[in-house]
This record gives sequence, C-alpha cells and structure tokens, in this order.
Amino acid sequence: MLTLLESLGRHTRLTFTKLGRGSFFFMHTLSGLGSLLLRPRLLINQLYSVGVLTFLIIVISGLFVGMVLGLQGYIVLSDFGSEEALGVMVAASLVRELGPVVTALLFAGRAGSALTAEIGLMKATEQLSGMEMMAVDPVRRIITPRFFAGFLAMPLLAALFSSVGVLGGQLVGVGLLGVDDGAYWSQMKFALDFYDDIVNGVIKSIVFGWVVTWIALFEGYDCIPTSEGVSRATTRTVVNSAFSILGLDFILTALMFGDQ
Amino acid sequence: MQRTSVQDTLVGLFVAISIVALFFLSLRVSNLDAYATGGDTYTLIAKFANSGGLKAKSAVSIAGVRIGRIESIHIDPDSFEAVVTMAINRRYNNLPEDTSASVFTAGLLGEQYISLEPGGMPDILKDGDQIELTQSAMVLEQLIGKFLFSKAEENPSE
Repeated sequence: MLTLLESLGRHTRLTFTKLGRGSFFFMHTLSGLGSLLLRPRLLINQLYSVGVLTFLIIVISGLFVGMVLGLQGYIVLSDFGSEEALGVMVAASLVRELGPVVTALLFAGRAGSALTAEIGLMKATEQLSGMEMMAVDPVRRIITPRFFAGFLAMPLLAALFSSVGVLGGQLVGVGLLGVDDGAYWSQMKFALDFYDDIVNGVIKSIVFGWVVTWIALFEGYDCIPTSEGVSRATTRTVVNSAFSILGLDFILTALMFGDQ
Repeated sequence: MQRTSVQDTLVGLFVAISIVALFFLSLRVSNLDAYATGGDTYTLIAKFANSGGLKAKSAVSIAGVRIGRIESIHIDPDSFEAVVTMAINRRYNNLPEDTSASVFTAGLLGEQYISLEPGGMPDILKDGDQIELTQSAMVLEQLIGKFLFSKAEENPSE
C-alpha cells in the first residue's frame, strides 16, 4: 500500500518535472529564432522534410474525407429534401473541424514521429553531445529550425486538406449524385464567413502545429538514449499529440463557436 | 548542389500550392469578396417591432439581389424597438425616401434577411437616414394563433 502511494507520488512529481523541462526546452527553442533568420537554408531543408514529404498523404486523405462527407451528407440531407445544402455541410465540417484536426493527427503520425525518431537517434548516437563539445548549441542548431518548419507547415497543410476535401465533396455530390453545381458553391459561400470560419480554422491549425511539433521535438530530445527509449518516445509522441489535439480542439471550438 | 536546388523548388511549390488553397478557401468557399465590396458603403437605419432571427452580417437585398449587409442590431431604450443598422453598397445610393424594409425568410427554414422595396418619391435616402416604413418578422406561433382565433370566430356554435 505504502509503495503504491510512493510510486503514485513519484509518478506525479516526475510528470510535473517533465512538463517543466518541456517548458524550458520550448523557451530555449524560441531563443534560437534570431540565429535561424540568419540561416534560412536550415529552415528550408526542414520545410522539405516536414512539409513536402507530408504533402501527398494530406492531399489523398483530404480527397477521400471530402468524398465520404459528400456521400454521407447526401444520404442524410436527401431525407430532408435539402441536397443543395451539401456544399455547406461539407465545407463547414472541413474548414471548422476536420481540416485542422485530421491534418494535425496525420501530421503527428507522419512528421511528428519522424522528428522524434530522428532527434532520439541523434541523442542515442551522441551527435547532440558531440555538437555541444564543438560549442554548437544543439537546441538552436537542430531543434529550432524543425520547430518553426512544423509551425509554418501545419496551417498550410490544413488549408490544403480543406480545399481538396471541398473539391472531393463536389466530385461525389455534383459529379456522381447530381446535386446542382451552382447550389453547391453558392450556398457554401452564403453560409461560411471568412473571419468566423476560415480564420478560426487557420488559428486552430497553427495551435495544433505548435503543440504537435513541440511534443515531437521534446520527446525526442528528452528520450532515454537507447533503441528502446527511442521507440517509446516515438509512441508517446503520437499518443500525446492525439490527446492534446483532441482536447485542445474542444477548448478552441468552445471559445470560437460557443457564443453562436 | 543539384539536390538542394530540387529541394528548394519542391518547397517553393508546396508553399505556393498551399497559399493558393488558402485563397481558394477565402474567395470561393467563404464570403471574403463580400467584405471586399463592403469597403465603400453608407448606412441606413430601420426600426422593427420584431427583428426575428436577424443577425449581424445578414443580407440586405432588393428584388432578391444582395446590396449590403446588417452591421448591428440593438434595442432603442425608449421605444423598445429593434434598431437595425445596415451597410449598403455605394453603387445603390439612389433609393427613394419612401423605400420600405421587411424581414423575410429565405425558404421555409432558411436564414432571415431584410428586403427593401423602393417606393416612388423623388427624394433619395442619404447616409444615416432612417427607413420609416418597416414590416416586422413573421413569427410562426403568432400566425398560428391568429389563424386559430379567426377560425374560432367563424364558427361560434362549436
């Protein structure tokens, strides 16, 4: 019984210690922004591995999510004789929720896990301590470019996901099921507001990009430098990112759309 | 060196395509262009006994064509009427003074909007003027109530 309490207490303390280390790590990452601006090449290299390599999975997933929304939405809406509202349904659910959330989950799986594994392996093979020996700050040199690449890539990927999804919904709704093309676009345009919907969706995706990249980089930097430690850190990245994304999504949605 | 330049091109393409996607979302999917034309507007005021389900940014139209949007709705503290401030596009600055405003619903369950019906007076409404002739929103419950009432009056025997 006593050992149980003891381990519970130790666990809690370790969790908070980790959160504290994570916060300091985040500050340290931000402090590298100045030197990053002097070397944009580092950022472009990371934008390639974080953004361009994630591009394909985002586009394909967006297309299929949009097509499924078009199909399911049509089945429900045709019961009420309002197939014309299909565009509104597809676009609103994509722009407000599915775009940012699904993109962030895919991003955590595709880019986040890769970041953790890369940094963890660097730590395990002592490349990070090697940099410190050469008086190069590994956080500023390695972590900062990756953080800002993820931060910039996420909103772009989410916008891409939503756009492709809207086109996928049109493909199924207008192309296959015969919803009127004009009604699809005009009702969508009438119902969606630029500030309330598009800007809030972009804000969501920026927040998710920030959280996912931060978790991925910190788990990698903080992992136990063994092969098992790296694999555990990678798992934690995906699991913790998913929790944070879904939890934050609820809070952000309540803040943004709660008053309507 | 060759490899880096290919990488740069791909990153550039990625950023460009994503920004096109953002523009697509703003202009094609949402109503950003309505804000763009909203830059040059003048305001009209109308008082309604009941503004129904009108909201800020609801449409103001003539003959079904959107000519502006609602800026704000608040209560007149003296008369307890709803004061609706509308931003009308400058292009339509020749509305006669006896224009009337009514609250209509698009479709059976659609959004509510203000429909203006131009009158025939030679004087025109200027910035900040008030539209005097207004017709409130129809409330379904009141309509049903009136209908039942008149039915009951028709057959007093029952």
